[in-house]
Amino acid sequence: MTTNAPPGAIMIVGALVILLLRGRRQAIGALLITIMSLVSLMFCSRGTYGTFQLFDYQLTVVRVDGLSLAFGYIFHIAAIIATIYALHVRDGTQHAAGLIYAGSAIGAVFAGDLITLFTYWEITAVSSVFLIWASRTDRSYKAGIRYLIIQVGSGVLLLSGVLLHVRDTGSIAFDHLIGEDGAISHASPGVILIFLAFGIKCAFPLLHNWLQDAYPKSTVTGAVFLSTFTTKLAVYALARGFAGTDCLIWIGVTMTLFPIVFAVIENDLRKVLAYSLNNQLGFMVVGIGIGSALSLNGTVAHAFCHILYKSLLFMSMGAVLYRTGTCQASKLGGLYKSMPITAICCIIGAASISAFPLTNGFVSKSLILSAAADHHMIAVWLLLLVASAGVMEHSGIKIPFFAFFAHDSGIRCKEAPKHMLVAMIIAATLCIGIGVFPGPLYSILPYDMTEAYVPYTVGHVVGQLQLLLFAMLAFVFLVKFRVYPPETPSENLDTDWSYRRAAPAVVGAVYFVGGIVWRALLKLGRGQVDDVLYVVRRICAPPGIFARTWTTSGMVIWATILLGAYLLLYYIRVAP
Amino acid sequence: MNQLLYHLPVLQVVIPLLAAPACVVIRQRHLVWLWATVVTWACLAMSIGLLMRVYPTGGAITYEIGGWVAPWGIVYHVDALTALVLVIVTGVGAVVMLYARQSVNDEIPAERHHLFYAAFLLCMTGLLGITVTGDAFNVFVFLEISSLSSYVLIALGRGRRALTASFRYLVMGTIGGTFILIGIGLMYMQTGTLNMADLAARLPAVNDTRTIRAAFAFFTVGVSVKLALFPLHVWLPNAYTYAPSVITSFVAATATKVSVYVLVRFTFIIFGAEFAFTDMKLDVVLLALAIAAMFIGSLVAIYQTNVKRLLAYSSLAQIGYMVLGISLTNVNGLTGSIVHLFNHAMMKGGLFMVMGCVMLRIGSVHLRDMAGLGKRMPWTMAAFVVGGLNLIGVPLTSGFVSKWYLVLGALDRGWWPIAVLILLSSLLAVVYVWRVIEVVYFRDPPEDAPTERCEAPLMMLVMTWLLLGASIVFGVWAQIPAGVSKAAAQMLLGVTP
Repeated sequence: MTTNAPPGAIMIVGALVILLLRGRRQAIGALLITIMSLVSLMFCSRGTYGTFQLFDYQLTVVRVDGLSLAFGYIFHIAAIIATIYALHVRDGTQHAAGLIYAGSAIGAVFAGDLITLFTYWEITAVSSVFLIWASRTDRSYKAGIRYLIIQVGSGVLLLSGVLLHVRDTGSIAFDHLIGEDGAISHASPGVILIFLAFGIKCAFPLLHNWLQDAYPKSTVTGAVFLSTFTTKLAVYALARGFAGTDCLIWIGVTMTLFPIVFAVIENDLRKVLAYSLNNQLGFMVVGIGIGSALSLNGTVAHAFCHILYKSLLFMSMGAVLYRTGTCQASKLGGLYKSMPITAICCIIGAASISAFPLTNGFVSKSLILSAAADHHMIAVWLLLLVASAGVMEHSGIKIPFFAFFAHDSGIRCKEAPKHMLVAMIIAATLCIGIGVFPGPLYSILPYDMTEAYVPYTVGHVVGQLQLLLFAMLAFVFLVKFRVYPPETPSENLDTDWSYRRAAPAVVGAVYFVGGIVWRALLKLGRGQVDDVLYVVRRICAPPGIFARTWTTSGMVIWATILLGAYLLLYYIRVAP
Repeated sequence: MNQLLYHLPVLQVVIPLLAAPACVVIRQRHLVWLWATVVTWACLAMSIGLLMRVYPTGGAITYEIGGWVAPWGIVYHVDALTALVLVIVTGVGAVVMLYARQSVNDEIPAERHHLFYAAFLLCMTGLLGITVTGDAFNVFVFLEISSLSSYVLIALGRGRRALTASFRYLVMGTIGGTFILIGIGLMYMQTGTLNMADLAARLPAVNDTRTIRAAFAFFTVGVSVKLALFPLHVWLPNAYTYAPSVITSFVAATATKVSVYVLVRFTFIIFGAEFAFTDMKLDVVLLALAIAAMFIGSLVAIYQTNVKRLLAYSSLAQIGYMVLGISLTNVNGLTGSIVHLFNHAMMKGGLFMVMGCVMLRIGSVHLRDMAGLGKRMPWTMAAFVVGGLNLIGVPLTSGFVSKWYLVLGALDRGWWPIAVLILLSSLLAVVYVWRVIEVVYFRDPPEDAPTERCEAPLMMLVMTWLLLGASIVFGVWAQIPAGVSKAAAQMLLGVTP
């Protein structure tokens, strides 16, 4: 039995139904709808369907192939986990926004043409901002507005790019957009705009600030949704349209490296996760840039696994925030006594993100590293290793260490609520399960590889263990030489400073100088913008010339002037 | 029956014309409303019938009044473009009439109801007549019928400012009408004919004369006043703001559209695209004014605090889009322009109807009084959101279809900066729509304000949603309006499909 329902549509329609329900039923309804949507996806037939005519263009709303299916499955799994995690929420807006957001992201990965993609692209932007606003604080409102402007801006770029692309090629199909040589500089302006739009959503370096700005300000449950969909949708779009684009390799490498410094010195643990999200995206982007079957499969696998452990980490930090009311590293510590299960789940997530053998991070990341090695990209390979060590420092150790161990903050709270634990345990089980039995994951990877990939070779395992153990050693070493992690917030930051020294100081310096220049440029630009706004306000806001009610004679004079101008113009144009 | 079908073009105008005085005879206010409603719906049925006769097959209809052969007699002419505009006018009229009862009861003194409905029917007659006629002088006559009745209707608005607004419109409208008349007179002087088809045939021979050039100048400026093209728009904001809600919806959705239609018909068919655009470079002038209208209209709208006024300035910007499409002078641009006539009529008509509902319930359309209204009038305000999305041009709304064609038209012409400007001005629409949405949904109402639900009456709500719902339906299934518009654009440009 197969169905032809557009994937994601059930969720979007369901969200409207949810709004009619009240209280507990909303949460349960959301869960049921998500599960229904997954079931419908399992029975959906491959191929393209749902074509319809939007004025001159044949839209292909649904295209089911290997790549979209892989993303479709993991998006569904993540949505189910996130809805379980959100069962306690009694806020219809959040449930509906979460469902629409997930549904439109799923719709987007199955979109067969650029217009459908654009439509879903904008729906994800608009629906997700409600998850940030749902915190209902002034800070979250402002951050939400900034987030919305950037996301909608990405959509406008996408639409502009699509228009130019359609004009050049006459096709709205969403296929491979980049030329054979893989150079973005040779692409048409339309394709470059599309690339930029994807880049903003994928949080490319310098286009990334919205992510760290908005995600930590979203609600406890909202962050779990947010961490899954927006950026991975962009990864999917890049994999579909820009596989093998050379510049992506270096963009990806930069993405893996630069957040390390920020993540290490950041005090808000959810913000640390936001930075490490960026770092993980970098691995996927490198995989897309390399563009071989192995590396693209690596990207898909890594996106799959990353969604699991990243939402696991966001869930564990969310649970901490839910119970203690804070996510500041300096205020937390010693929570393993109060929240043992959350702590274990968090450690599993941390181990996965650090790519310990027997976790899913290991089986997916090694695909990308192997692809880099296969192509003899030695510099890329080495830098990715450095980045992996960095991940270990800031996500693998820092997150669980400061939240659950370190000095005892004296906070005694209850273990996370049951449904949160269930969600976390499901995610943790999947992390370990895929790590131990990578077969099923590899079997859904879209691209044919000449030989089956074996992650657990002696070389891989030993190499990874060396890396991880030395990273841990470095941590212990630093901690020992800076004496024990201190008790007060200020001294806690002191320890952070030592990490920063351990981190490549050069990167820090470059960012410092770059930051000054960037801010100066911004300030310069802002001055100009202020001037323009001032003039606009002078003439357009009441009582400016264009906003005031003109006198009757003023209106008539204008009509006369215009008539005179026309007459003069036409008088001159008379042929002699 | 066939006989009746044959006479449809003239019945389209004659029926509302004769129905108007009947209103004064009936007098009883409920009956008058019923009568006007029945007449407008009959008109809608007729215009849909006409549209089906000329599109997708059938071709243009020429109807000779009284059997007098052109060019001596007056002919009525219906093609795809005409029929589309007829459907816009009668469609909005019909929806507005069902909506009108409660709103009119609230805003207009009971003893004037019969006059109101009579003037309304006359206004519609005028607009339909302008559209359907094939005679240049007839255009002026109907223009005056619609203008005079709309001055009356606007003056019926609450408050004394309605009177001054109406007076200012009267002054400007008369100047515009006179310029048009002078233009037509000069054409008559050179060619000795008033029949449009005949004019089109004779004008090329005398194109080089100063008389015709002066006629063209007078005519364009006159029409620019009527369609409120920047900088001749200044009568519009006050007229829309202070008119009764029903009239604002109807006039905003139809009057300027018909003027755009007149501009299109005269420039492309009568003067001819070659004379108007190649020789006279009207496209450059229109382009500059359209861009100015798009930006200044939107920017001023951003700073407005009266939502009706905000929407009025937004209309100014939207007129800019329509004129922009004309100035592109290619099939895609012109299609965008024509389809935007249709789409904007739905969205702006609907949005002004939303404001009518608000006016009815809270007695004000000022932003400061609308704080937190999203909770009190959820359905009404949801309709505003839909209309706002249309104004912005979000995909799956009809606004998107218009802008898509305009952008394609700009690219076809090789003017990609214009395409960028279209998108940029859409962002300005985001700002002014968002200002309202923020106040309505995210601002807390003042402490002493009532908090109970006060949803608009069902009929008003249904009619508002009918127009705005149609704007979504025709955004998703855009083949019908876009198809008619494309056929019209091809006809105007003489391109064989």
